[in-house]
Amino acid sequence: MPVTATASPALAADAVEPGRSLWQDAWARLRRNRMAVIGGVVLIVLTALSLFGPLFLAYSYEEQNLALGAAPPSAAHLLGTDKLGRDQLARLLFGGRVSLLVGLAATSVSLTIGVLWGSIAGYAGGRLDAVMMRIVDILYALPFTIFVILLMTVFGRNFILLFVAIGAVEWLTMARIVRGQVLALKRQEFIEAAVALGLRKRRIVLRHVVPNVLGPVMVYTTLTIPAVMLLEAFLSFLGLGVQPPMSSWGLLIKEGAEQMEEAPWLLIYPAAVFAATLFSLNFLGDGLRDALDVRASKD
Amino acid sequence: MLQLIARRILETIPVLVLVATITFFMMKAVPGGPLDTEKNIPQEIKVQIEAFYGLDQPLWKQYASYMGNLLRGDLGPSFKHANRSVNELIAAALPVSLELGGIALCVALLVGIPLGIAAAVRQNTWIDYLASTTAMAGICLPTFVMGPLLVLVFALHFEQFNASGWDFARDRVLPALTLGLVYAGYIARLTRGGMLEVLNQDFIRTARAKGASETRVVFRHALRGGLLPVVSFLGPGIAGILTGSFVIETIFNIPGLGRHFVTSVFNRDATLTIGTALFYAALVVALNLAADIAQAMLNPKQRAN
Amino acid sequence: MRYRTNRWSIRVLMSAALAGFVLVAGCSKPPTRVGEGNRLQILHKGNKSDPQELDPHIVQGVPEHHILQALIENLVTEDPTDLHPVPGQAERWDISPDGTVYTFHLRAGIRWSNGDPVTAHDFVRSYRRALTPSLGCEYAYMYFVMKGAEDYYKGKTQDFSSVGAQALDERTLRITLNGPVPYFLSLLNHYSWWPVHLPTIARYGDPYQRNNRWTRPGNFVGNGPFVLARWDVGHVIVVKKNPLYWNAASVKLSEVRFYPIESIDTEERSFRSGQLHVTEEVPQSKIAVYRRDHPQLLRIDPYLGAYFYRINTTRPQFRDKRVRQALAMAIDRKTIVENVTRGGQLPAYYFTPPDTVGYTSRSAIRYDPEGARKLLAQAGYPGGKGFPPFDILYNTSESHKSVAEAIQQMWKRELGIDARLLNQEWKVYLDTEKRKDYDVSRAGWIGDYADPSTFLETFLADSGNNRTGWTNAEYDRLLKEASRLGDRQTRYELFQKAEAIFLDEMPVIPIYHYTRVYLLRPEVRGWNATILDHHPYPYVWLAPRPEASLATASAAAQRP
Repeated sequence: MPVTATASPALAADAVEPGRSLWQDAWARLRRNRMAVIGGVVLIVLTALSLFGPLFLAYSYEEQNLALGAAPPSAAHLLGTDKLGRDQLARLLFGGRVSLLVGLAATSVSLTIGVLWGSIAGYAGGRLDAVMMRIVDILYALPFTIFVILLMTVFGRNFILLFVAIGAVEWLTMARIVRGQVLALKRQEFIEAAVALGLRKRRIVLRHVVPNVLGPVMVYTTLTIPAVMLLEAFLSFLGLGVQPPMSSWGLLIKEGAEQMEEAPWLLIYPAAVFAATLFSLNFLGDGLRDALDVRASKD
Repeated sequence: MLQLIARRILETIPVLVLVATITFFMMKAVPGGPLDTEKNIPQEIKVQIEAFYGLDQPLWKQYASYMGNLLRGDLGPSFKHANRSVNELIAAALPVSLELGGIALCVALLVGIPLGIAAAVRQNTWIDYLASTTAMAGICLPTFVMGPLLVLVFALHFEQFNASGWDFARDRVLPALTLGLVYAGYIARLTRGGMLEVLNQDFIRTARAKGASETRVVFRHALRGGLLPVVSFLGPGIAGILTGSFVIETIFNIPGLGRHFVTSVFNRDATLTIGTALFYAALVVALNLAADIAQAMLNPKQRAN
Repeated sequence: MRYRTNRWSIRVLMSAALAGFVLVAGCSKPPTRVGEGNRLQILHKGNKSDPQELDPHIVQGVPEHHILQALIENLVTEDPTDLHPVPGQAERWDISPDGTVYTFHLRAGIRWSNGDPVTAHDFVRSYRRALTPSLGCEYAYMYFVMKGAEDYYKGKTQDFSSVGAQALDERTLRITLNGPVPYFLSLLNHYSWWPVHLPTIARYGDPYQRNNRWTRPGNFVGNGPFVLARWDVGHVIVVKKNPLYWNAASVKLSEVRFYPIESIDTEERSFRSGQLHVTEEVPQSKIAVYRRDHPQLLRIDPYLGAYFYRINTTRPQFRDKRVRQALAMAIDRKTIVENVTRGGQLPAYYFTPPDTVGYTSRSAIRYDPEGARKLLAQAGYPGGKGFPPFDILYNTSESHKSVAEAIQQMWKRELGIDARLLNQEWKVYLDTEKRKDYDVSRAGWIGDYADPSTFLETFLADSGNNRTGWTNAEYDRLLKEASRLGDRQTRYELFQKAEAIFLDEMPVIPIYHYTRVYLLRPEVRGWNATILDHHPYPYVWLAPRPEASLATASAAAQRP
């Protein structure tokens, strides 16, 4: 019997379903996660407010009103004033710029160095792994405060460079976690398959290992950005961070904590905004992790 | 296993030497010295004091004599605490930090791991959100807010605790709680993340298909893998709890190592700084080794290595 | 997806929360440290930081003084109300007509805490130790009023008998000065002059070198009202009543405990939770609250100290004194002390604090922004145009920051001058200031003893504490002449002239004069306001009272 060239139309339609890449898949899943979407929206709103808000404000963040002192929220000052009479709303929004910038800069540095380092060490194993992890151990044991004081003295007021330095310290834990994950992953069949296929090590690391460690990396990144922001607050606490009259959320929270009984508004608003940012980052991170998980069922 | 331990111990020695060296030279590079005070010290006096501490020697000589003492286990005299040696100061502060850190760690594990498990097992339900949010509270409230807040409520309002100090058993509660809740947050998140990774794997599906109860699935199969990221984190995490609790020790006025770690730098007390750095380094190496062993035990695939 | 409303877990949660709340709210209050202290006459004091040492010839800080004051007594001691010198280890003294020879007669039966008698020889040996260069006593210059002391110290002679300190017999000490020093007895109240027990020091090492263990509890030997019982670094220092003190019968306190609490917020909370009788400071933001709600707990005492800005007169834009004067005149000091520092400080229109043992400067600065602008224009910077931006250097601290921010704004507003704030960590700041690598730097100066010279002599040309690069030959001449005279009237006139020159030249900008602001529980008696913040412990005691929380105490205090 002659074989007809054309199959039935229904079958043809099935066979040519449009394929989706891993990333498109992930995006679709992410969009369905309501909390992650809310988190993302909140983040965008806060960022926009911080970037553009100060342009619309009545007061600048540095204008003092000494006679007024720390006043509770009123019509003139929506979030109250601090003890030098500066408008808290202005300081909050301006501080947002600083904090978000700090978080981004330090985390990017940390992410890049940490993932690469951990992947290479974990995958290579043996001698190279041992050397790389010993370096991590040494760096971990260095007194961070000295390092920072030294940098502040050398770089002076350039605080962006300073937070790059913080990122350069934060990558250590990232590297450890990635290495742990890679060690577990190394024995997976698809990696063995790639090796058997004769793919170059670099290709395996970049195209197969790295995307698969993205899960825990995402989670840990969403733990790193707040850690960086808290670190910035700690530095301000020690006097090594943001310089006045500039503000940052960390600095505002610290000032608020000291006056939390007499002037609770100085703590509540920065803390609330800070928490909102962190919550958003978290839910977003979770959503990303869920979305990128290769083994989660597609239904 | 024994081979691993022996190898690590051998590798530790160069690590410690390197830490001491780097810290030594960094302290020398930073402006300001231990003898700088607001009231001027006449030059003749400065010369005398520097001679006493050996600060007038050429740098390499100072380094050599310091390392020589180090090999004999002598960490040198402290500059700020003029009649104490660094060994004494660390020995006095260590038990305090161990106690504070130990209790805080218990709090962190006892609160964090269950929260993480609950969140993972009931993913995307209200339990997950509640547990995640509670964990977040520990992470996003800095300790210098949480600590005073707890003091305000429990010590000053309810008058059940002292606001500071380390004299009575009661005094342990608030500081350990403050420190522990932060780490509980991290641990909860990592546990949740790790468990979710595992819960989606095939062997879990197999176990369920075989009819294993949910409890068995969670605790016998998934938990082990779920604790992997926690164990990775705990290595540096414990070191951090034990020595990095500067803020807690300042808020509650606790005579622990964390304070020495930071104030020694501000006082340019080089010997104390290096002493605490070395102690911290040794601790980190030891804990990393323990973490690696634990990880090997938890990960059956790696055990075969 | 399996989903069960887990009522069980909810129930567990609720009962745990309830139990916790009941436990906490229902428990009775544990006894407080001050309650126990009141019963046993133990004073609990917040002492800011750990003492570096407890050797009077080595230390230079304030926390050290608070402790040493309990452990060692000098020839004279201080009157508790106004600190004028009263007999201590010496029961009386004779002063020669020309005021250069002091002969002290020690009391009978005075002893060191280990039982050894206190003799005039002990004092001579102590002075020798303090003046031995190898010890590195930073306050050695306090001895230079004594004949031969400076030469011995600088190594010009090895023979201590050339120094004007002689033990005529076991109980008589003669001190010969270079010239009449009317405030010499006040000088003796500075710890650099205090006696130590040399045989004890020699037991634990070389008495002429540092790092000697004699100051450890159990080793320490002193002649003061208390002995050192415990010294736990970072935790507490305990001194107990010395039964061998000559006046032990009138010492009512049985113990004093010093807590080195660095954080002022922690200290304030500790005070409120009943752990301290007296604090060292009060957080700025709480001063107004205490003033309003618990005024009887707040103490604001005048203090012999000045807060000012040093100007680096070697920088080109600051060379012209009109610029410096303009900067000084544009600052609204009243607003700063009322709205920024809020601690009852006094705006400073001259350098030496007012009424320093009867001396108040007649020359003064005015707050005159208009006049300041004119001066600035005359100096070549009308409206601040062309004035290079500069840094206000200060060390990390909330209050310094607030003051600097306020002044930065004032200069911008009134003079059009752009000042930036530079905050440095303490040691870095000290280093920067000493190297004169600053433009304008925040500074403070506390008087070492009760006399105006302790302020004015800071800016002599050869003073290591000058650091401004400013010198003035006439100023130096006036002060050196005053140091040779005995008559207070004449000296003060010379000081007036010197201060007039100083304020005209304005190498520093006085901002305010210090006050000591701290918290004190009402049961502490005999704790008077003194300008050096010295509170001799033999006169302090705790009025026993039933344990009351601070709330009841303030209510009781407000009852008519």
